[in-house]
Amino acid sequence: MPHLWLFGPAREAAGTARDEVAGGTVAEVVTAACARYGEHFSDVAATCGVWVNGDTVPLDRALCDTDEVALLPPVSGG
Amino acid sequence: MSLSTTPPGADWVAVTSRPLPVGEVLTWVARPECGAVVTFLGTVRDHSEGRTGVESVEYEAYTEYVGLRLADVVTSARSSWPGIGRLALLHRVGLLEVGEVSVVIAVSTPHRPEAFDAARFCIDELKESAPIWKHETWAGGSGWGTSGHQVGNSVRRHAARGAAVSAGSADVGGPAPGGPGS
Repeated sequence: MPHLWLFGPAREAAGTARDEVAGGTVAEVVTAACARYGEHFSDVAATCGVWVNGDTVPLDRALCDTDEVALLPPVSGG
Repeated sequence: MSLSTTPPGADWVAVTSRPLPVGEVLTWVARPECGAVVTFLGTVRDHSEGRTGVESVEYEAYTEYVGLRLADVVTSARSSWPGIGRLALLHRVGLLEVGEVSVVIAVSTPHRPEAFDAARFCIDELKESAPIWKHETWAGGSGWGTSGHQVGNSVRRHAARGAAVSAGSADVGGPAPGGPGS
């Protein structure tokens, strides 16, 4: 199943940096992750953007087992 | 992405947990055909929005892709300012104390206007696009950086509490009902 990578406050809220989450699309993986990790994570996730394999993709993008879905809180480098 | 030796080409992009080699970058970036070098250093500040007495900042990056995003910034800068001689974008990760250098931008060009413009462009683009997050520790606690920029497509609609699976939607970002506080 697709790999979920979490960063910053999303990683902290989930209590893990990586997981495997079932879902046929990006949107389904995000929703499933919110169900798994709970309300605080959902609140953080609502502020996030998503990449698949490093690229910005539509949320209805179909996923395969090797895809890497990354949940990205607002970035704050510099 | 090497730090111990300067890169063979005209671009130097690196993300590292080691102190950034500022002096080495300054020496490297100068070119005979370039009469201007502009350098920007970002340093860890002792305060941020609503937070005083910041003691340290820990930076975390999406290691697998942060280099590519910085390379995108370099490509955009070179497209806009073809006269750029050498260009360096270096960012540090890990735990930094107040005053330590977190980011180095250095650019050489034949004349000063494009060096200033390109350096400003590069730091602004880096801050908006690089997958890097900071976690601040201050006298009264600790927390994630509060002044962030959105990257990627927003998942707000699918992340809200009680959101239904909505396969077939094609969000392109932007606010949607059901976010925090709703």
